[in-house]
Amino acid sequence: MKEGTIMKIHYITGLAALLTVAIHIMMRVVVPFSVSLEYENVVANYQNILYALLLESVLILISIHGFNGLRVMLLELRQSDKWEKFVTLFTLIAMIAVIAYGTRTIIIVSGQSL
Amino acid sequence: MKRKFLLARETSEINLARAKNDSSDILLNIYRGGPNSKSEKSYDSYRVPVSRWTTVLDALLYVKERLDSSIAIRFSCRMASCGSCGMKINGIPRLACYTKISELGTDTITCEPLPNFPLIRDLVTDFQQFFNHHKKIQPYIQNTHLDPTMERLSEFKQTPEEVDEFLQFSYCIKCGLCYSACPTVATDTKFPGPQALAQAYRYFADNRDDSAQKRLDNVDHKHGIWRCHFAGSCSMVCPKGVDPALGIQMLRGHLLSITKKPKKKRAELREINREGS
Repeated sequence: MKEGTIMKIHYITGLAALLTVAIHIMMRVVVPFSVSLEYENVVANYQNILYALLLESVLILISIHGFNGLRVMLLELRQSDKWEKFVTLFTLIAMIAVIAYGTRTIIIVSGQSL
Repeated sequence: MKRKFLLARETSEINLARAKNDSSDILLNIYRGGPNSKSEKSYDSYRVPVSRWTTVLDALLYVKERLDSSIAIRFSCRMASCGSCGMKINGIPRLACYTKISELGTDTITCEPLPNFPLIRDLVTDFQQFFNHHKKIQPYIQNTHLDPTMERLSEFKQTPEEVDEFLQFSYCIKCGLCYSACPTVATDTKFPGPQALAQAYRYFADNRDDSAQKRLDNVDHKHGIWRCHFAGSCSMVCPKGVDPALGIQMLRGHLLSITKKPKKKRAELREINREGS
């Protein structure tokens, strides 16, 4: 993939993450903050399909944006083909792992009974 | 006429006398050492008499002529045209010939070699890598629509507005000050640097050039234009008023397909030229 395309994705995911996180925070402040973090409340949120989708998109957007940011920083540290390949592979695997683990959590909790 | 000449001579004599009266001493610290100097930074200090218009280069040449001839300095035109005398003066990359001592506002001046360049000796640095980056962006007009046989010589017509698109970037004298001030170049040697990227935009924006896509592809790589952090220090230190940071952002805009205007203009102009010929 061209660097320009990757950076386009980077900027778009950054902006989209900002938007989704803002919605997520707004939804937290609908009820008093301490109440919103109660166990039943949190599980109930996960069981709301729209909220689960919002969490999933936050997870995906932040993972893509964050791990690409990490890739960019690491690329600037050293310059060699070996290092570049390692960094790209490492950040890609780490990103997939984080998304997979987060998705698993969302799926498990959304299927859990109160 | 004669009166005017006498008046001018009188004025210059008065200025000279004033300059002599204004003269004072400064302490000039000059970095000494070569690429293999492993010890801590070493400086030689000299007392130099200066007047109102003395530049740092004048002071350095005074030292070289009268106090220590072994100092290595690179200079040529003495009027900010050749870009040879770039160095770090009191912590900021500047042209020695373009920096008056009086404007520095201190009696102690420290001259060091430009950072981000391999050191040759004292204040002289190696520009090979810098020029290689410059060459890589192909800094010349490419036009495939030209008649290769050149049977009929013709001019490229440009309107003042079309010239304005790139004019400021063509003032670059390749002094390397922007390159030495760039924080990305400090960590990433493969990064083309602000000078090369601004020149890439200069030829990209020129409507006589028709290799726009090639130029964009040329800077669109892992260590290319996207590594610019937009610190803006390149534009701050440029002695010719060029704004490399602007050029980089403009080129990025084209890569992100946010800006399309010059492309459209270029296509229209090509159409007009075709109709004309």
